[in-house]
Amino acid sequence: MTTTAPPAHPRPVPEHSPGAARGPRRPGRIRRIGLPYLLLLPALLLELLVHLVPMVIGITMSFKELTQFYIRQWGTAPWSGTDNYRLAVDFHGAVGEALLHSFLVTVVFTLLSVSLCWLIGTAAAIAMQDSFRGRGLLRTVFLVPYALPVYAAVITWAFMFQHDNGLVNHVLHDQLHLTDKPSFWLIGDNSFYALLTVSVWKGWPFAFLIVMAGLQNIPRELYEAAALDGAGMWQQIRRITLPSLRPVNQVLVLVLFLWTFNDFNTPYVLFGKSAPAAADLISIHIYQSSFVTWNFGTGSAMSVLLLLFLLVVTGAYLLLTSRGRRTADV
Amino acid sequence: MRTMRAAAIGAATLSLALAATACGGGSATGGGSNDAPKTLTYWASNQGASVSADEKILRPELDKFEKKTGIKVKLEVVPWSDLLNRILTATTSGQGPDVMNIGNSWSASLQATGALLPWDAANFAKIGGKDRFVESALGSTGALGKDPAAVPLYSMAYALYYNKQAFAEAGISKPPVTWDELVADGKKIEATGKNGLGAEGSNLSNNIHQVFVLAKQHGADFFTTDGKPSFTSDGAVAAVKQYVDLMAKDKIVNQSNAEYAQNQSLSDFAKGRTGMVLWQTASATFKSMGMKDSEWGVTAAPVQSGAPGSGAQTNSMVAGINMAVFKNTHNLDGAAQFVKFMTSDEEQKLLNTTYGSIPPVKAAQLDPAFNAQGTAVLRQTLAGSAQALPQVADESQFETAVGTAVKDLFADAAAGRAVTTESVRAKLQKAQQQMPAK
Repeated sequence: MTTTAPPAHPRPVPEHSPGAARGPRRPGRIRRIGLPYLLLLPALLLELLVHLVPMVIGITMSFKELTQFYIRQWGTAPWSGTDNYRLAVDFHGAVGEALLHSFLVTVVFTLLSVSLCWLIGTAAAIAMQDSFRGRGLLRTVFLVPYALPVYAAVITWAFMFQHDNGLVNHVLHDQLHLTDKPSFWLIGDNSFYALLTVSVWKGWPFAFLIVMAGLQNIPRELYEAAALDGAGMWQQIRRITLPSLRPVNQVLVLVLFLWTFNDFNTPYVLFGKSAPAAADLISIHIYQSSFVTWNFGTGSAMSVLLLLFLLVVTGAYLLLTSRGRRTADV
Repeated sequence: MRTMRAAAIGAATLSLALAATACGGGSATGGGSNDAPKTLTYWASNQGASVSADEKILRPELDKFEKKTGIKVKLEVVPWSDLLNRILTATTSGQGPDVMNIGNSWSASLQATGALLPWDAANFAKIGGKDRFVESALGSTGALGKDPAAVPLYSMAYALYYNKQAFAEAGISKPPVTWDELVADGKKIEATGKNGLGAEGSNLSNNIHQVFVLAKQHGADFFTTDGKPSFTSDGAVAAVKQYVDLMAKDKIVNQSNAEYAQNQSLSDFAKGRTGMVLWQTASATFKSMGMKDSEWGVTAAPVQSGAPGSGAQTNSMVAGINMAVFKNTHNLDGAAQFVKFMTSDEEQKLLNTTYGSIPPVKAAQLDPAFNAQGTAVLRQTLAGSAQALPQVADESQFETAVGTAVKDLFADAAAGRAVTTESVRAKLQKAQQQMPAK
């Protein structure tokens, strides 16, 4: 049963014009309701232009036979159906095999780089938690790699990794005598470690910055109470610091993962357009497929596959971490 | 209320403008016009020691052109590393320069995009005719059987540069003519503590130039006559192996050269650390590195046996720069006038002398300036024993695929891994599989 209570103060309705009961107020209301949407329209369209339109164009290109023959009028390139995708995931073919290799290199590289960035950043932030003489200066020094322009920093590393005159070989071989002979860092298998070193050097200050901000929100009383209860430094870190940093770390790890997985600047500046196989990150690989070998269709298909992979991984990560948090809350 | 209405109108206008922008762009259409007859934009490739040095060299010439025609040329010198990408971007958007320099080995690849103005008989007539240019230079202006996509501007060829003092110390009385002699001389130089020969193992283009010549000497080509890749023929494999063996087996190229890609081998040569280097038009670079002309000598690049010539006696690729007109130019007539000016006898003499290259224009080539120590060998090589790189649409991909294979093989040699006929063939096989399917 439903009952409808009459309005306490019914609005007077002119008898001669029932249909136009709220007529005089309508334009103003529409204007009031519509204005926020109208004001949002530029931002929405800009978002559409900057992200969605290129994405749609990229997806369209991935279904086209887009080579140098059609690049001038790419809209007229013939449709190739799923050929580009089949070529990319045919792991018995040269293109698919190279993509798989590049993907696996990128996964291992990303896992190592993110782990090391997080570990060093967190350790440094915890070490900087208590005030001491020179803390401000050290914090500033720690942030230098993050503040430097990427190109300048990486090209400096490229000089340092040079076989003949590089600082790295000078220290490892000439001074510390850790290697039998000077190593190659910019070609061959060692290029992976060179890339990892630069990536971690460049990435850990960001982790340091974020973790340091997260630490500010942990009440000091918790540590004082734990200390009174006899908890040592490691127990305090395990039981207080890390659980309290959980929401911060959740975002930090995700951002570091996405940045590292898609990093283009570091390998490009370090190795040029043709990275050694051991350091052939997927971003460079796709660039090479598209802009060096001029297979824009295949390159687009690879980009779409990469996008799907990152979406799935990000979704699964967010699901798992939010479920973990809900469980913890219960 | 008035403010809100103004904001709403502003927002709606901006949205419409953005939507209109979104609908535009995409594919480039149309041909050239003469909408802007008083201006030209010129992308020059970086030829000199730096971008600013090129600007200083070219600006007076462009001013001269303006005085002559009333057309103002807006110059942009583009570094090599950016040039191809810049041209591709211009091709896609349809918004590019009116005239530009291209690497002559890119001619057929860029021709395939349809972005360059074809140089048919009528267009050539505007600049004095096709006969003014050297035949070998015209061979690098586009695919066989099609109107050229560009006009030759500067020609270059490979030669063997040697350090006179290093030769004297090693007891070498005359420069090598064959590869066997070069290896033997290289070993003598190595015995004195210097490096025998310099190489640029990580420079993909240079790798291609060297193995292309060696493949010719082994009677092989990297493409079949109908333009299909043929990277794994015995001759091609032998060529690549012979080049990498200079480091792996003969050990006259220092292992550190495997990671060279920025002309470090020239720097080593200029500093007296290396006895020989195979390079194209290096005299100006040596001078900029502080080496006196009297300190080095130059001779034709080696062959397997006998003397350089055509066919299997080829000892250089036809290197050089071409000048192309962008099909979407807004100053079609002005562009033709500018190409005519830059390829005139007078300008050819002046610019090629400055850059140490050889004029692809026959009349200009007769100038005594191109019969000097640094240029006579190059001129003779271009005239009789140089061949153009494959003029196929996939040339750019070939440079990357095979150039990278050679780079990887050098990395193997530097790491002490064996470079065998099988490992070379496997790398070339992989490179061939990476080429676009036909």
